[in-house]
Amino acid sequence: MPSNKSVSDAPIIQFTNCRILREHKLQREDLWVRDGKILDPEKLFFDEQGYADRRLDCGGAIVAPGFIDVQINGGYGVDFSQPCEDVSAGVSLVAKKILEHGVTSFCPTLVTSPPAVYHQVLPQISVHSGGPEGAGVLGFHLEGPFISSDKRGAHPERFLRTFRSGGTDDLMETYGSLDNVAMVTLAPELPHSQSVVSTLRQKGVTVSLGHSVANLSQAEDAVRHGASFITHLFNAMLPFHHRDPGIVGLLTSDQIPAGRTVFYGMIADGIHTNPAALRIAHRAHPSGLVLVTDAITAMGLPPGRHTLGQQEVQIQGPHAYVAGTKTLSGSIATMDMCVRHFKQAAGCSVEDALEAAALHPARLLGLSHRKGSLHYGADADLVLLDDGLRVRATYISGEEVWRAEL
Amino acid sequence: MKLIILNDYDQASEWAAKYIRNKILHFQPGPNKFFTLGLPTGSTPLGCYKKMIEYYKNGEISFEFVKTFNMDEYVGLPRNHPESYHSFMWNNFFKHIDIRAENAHILDGNAADLQAECSSFEEKIKEAGGIELFVGGIGPDGHIAFNEPGSSLVSRTRVKTLAKDTIMANARFFDGDLSKVPTMALTVGVGTVMDAKEVMILITGAHKAFALYKAIEEGVNHMWTVSAFQQHPQTVFVCDEDATLELRVKTVKYFKGTPKSWLLWGGEREL
Repeated sequence: MPSNKSVSDAPIIQFTNCRILREHKLQREDLWVRDGKILDPEKLFFDEQGYADRRLDCGGAIVAPGFIDVQINGGYGVDFSQPCEDVSAGVSLVAKKILEHGVTSFCPTLVTSPPAVYHQVLPQISVHSGGPEGAGVLGFHLEGPFISSDKRGAHPERFLRTFRSGGTDDLMETYGSLDNVAMVTLAPELPHSQSVVSTLRQKGVTVSLGHSVANLSQAEDAVRHGASFITHLFNAMLPFHHRDPGIVGLLTSDQIPAGRTVFYGMIADGIHTNPAALRIAHRAHPSGLVLVTDAITAMGLPPGRHTLGQQEVQIQGPHAYVAGTKTLSGSIATMDMCVRHFKQAAGCSVEDALEAAALHPARLLGLSHRKGSLHYGADADLVLLDDGLRVRATYISGEEVWRAEL
Repeated sequence: MKLIILNDYDQASEWAAKYIRNKILHFQPGPNKFFTLGLPTGSTPLGCYKKMIEYYKNGEISFEFVKTFNMDEYVGLPRNHPESYHSFMWNNFFKHIDIRAENAHILDGNAADLQAECSSFEEKIKEAGGIELFVGGIGPDGHIAFNEPGSSLVSRTRVKTLAKDTIMANARFFDGDLSKVPTMALTVGVGTVMDAKEVMILITGAHKAFALYKAIEEGVNHMWTVSAFQQHPQTVFVCDEDATLELRVKTVKYFKGTPKSWLLWGGEREL
C-alpha cells in the first residue's frame, strides 16, 4: 500500500511477524520505524492517515534493542590501548565486527596507560552514531590509571597513579581531555577521590568503582559523590565479607541516595564469575545488572599469544591469561554469548537477559530516552534473535547493518 | 426483527463476524463502491472483532474498500489514552487489518467545537451514502451507543452526559475508580442508527438479559433506547443463551425454531 504522510516523507518500515521487547515483556506486536526512530503506528494512523511503505517479515524472531557494551578493550587483533597512528581504523574494525554479536553501541575501553597514550588516542575518536560501517561509539571508558595497586589485575603497575595534587589536575594531566569520555573507573579509597568523582559527574562522565580495596563506607561515600557503576563486580575488588561487604555491598546498601541506582558490570562468560556468585548478585539487585564483555584484543582471534595494553596475553580455549601467570586478562566472549550464558546461569527470563545487555547500560549512561529500549521516539537500533538468543540480524537507525547467513 | 440465539459468547461472536463478512462480500465493494459499516466498542464485540481479523488474515475478506463509522467516543480523554475508543479500535481491530485511515471515522472527543464535530460526522455519513450495516451493543440500561435512558428516539449525533449506570459499568476500564471515568461523550443518535439500511445488535451475558427483555418484549420506550429498533425494517439481534434469561419461553422457542440459514444468499456462503 502506498504511504500517505503529512509529517515526513521518509519511508516507513513495518517489522511484522515478530515478538518485540516492550515494557519488560516480549509482545506479539509489529514494530514501526521512520527516520531511524521507533514510530507510534497509532499516531501515524489517526494523525497522519499513513501506513507502511515496506513490510519486513521477521520470521517469528525476537526483536530487542541493540546491545550496548560499556567495557570492551578491543578485539580481532585490535587493542584500543595500544598507541598507533590510526586508532580510528582499529576502533572501526571492532565496531564493524561486533555488529555480528548484536552490539549497536559501545564504549571503547582503555586500560591503565601512560599519559602519552591517552593524549594520543583520545583525540582520535569522537562520540558518533553507528551505521552500516559499525556500531556507534558512546565515548571512551577509561579504566585506570587511578586504581589500587593491590587490585590492578592485568594493568601494568608502573603506570598506576594517585591524585597527588588534589584531584582534577591529575585527571586532566593524565587524560588530556574528557571530551569523548563516557566513563572513568577509579578506586575511591585513593585520597582526594571525592572531588574527582564530583567533578567527573558534573562533566557528565559516569564514574565507576573498580580495581579497588575500598570498604563499603568508602564505596558508599563515592556513590554519594556521584559514582554509579561498579566495574566487573567481584573481580579486582575485596571479596564479600559479612562484616564488611566492600564494594559488593553497594548492591544492597541503604545509603544510596533516593532516586539513584548503582549499576554493576558482570562478565557473564562462565569464567570470570562462578554462576552461583552471578545468581547472588542478580537476585540481590536485578535491575542494576549490566552485561559487559570486557573483551580483549584476542576476542575473535584463534588461540595463541597477543598484546593487551603494555602486556602480553595467552589464549587457552575460552580463557585469556596474563602470559606466564594464571591471572585473568580479560574475556574473549562476545556480547551475545554473554546474554545466553547469563540467561542460562541466572535462570532468568529472556526479557531480563535482554534488558541487562541494553536497557540497563543505557540507563547507566543516561541514554535511556533514546537507546536501550523500543519505546516510541527511541533510536531504532535493533537486534533480531532466534529463540536460542542467537543473533539473526542487526539494525542501526532502522537500517540493516548485518545479517546472519542461513 | 430476527433474534439469533447461539449457545455461548464465542459462537455468538463467530456468527456475527460471519454475518458481517458475508454482507461485505455480497456487496462486492470496490474503489467506487465502499461498504459502510457502523461499529461499536466495549467487551461484547471483542470476540467478533477477533474473528473478523482471522477472516482477514485467512484472505477471506479485505477492508480496503470498507468505510467505518464508530458509534461514540469519550469527551476530553486524550486520544492516545489506553481507554479511548480510538485506542480500542486501533488495538482491537484497525492495526490488524488493511483498512485505510482515511476510511476509518471516529468522533473526536477533543474537538474545539463538539457540536460542530457531531454535525460534521453526520455529514460524513451522508457523503458516504449512508450506513449499510450498523453494528451495535446494548448497555445494561438498554441504551444503544451513549443514548442513555431518556434520549430522544429520533436524536442525531450529539454530546451526551453519561448515566450513572454507564459510568459504573465503565469503571472497570479505569482501575475501578469512578472519578477517572469521563462524564460526557459524543454519540450517534438513535435516529442516526435508525437511518442505516440494516442494524445488528450484539447482546451477550446474563447481565444484559433484562435489557434485552425490555428492548424486544416491551414497548418502544425512550427509557430503553434499543427498543427503537422494533420500528426498523431490518434488525438482527445476535445473542447467547444467557442473554435470553429474562425472555418468555415462547419468544425463545419461536426464534430458535427459525433456521439460521435465513441469511444464505442464494447459497453463496454458508454460516
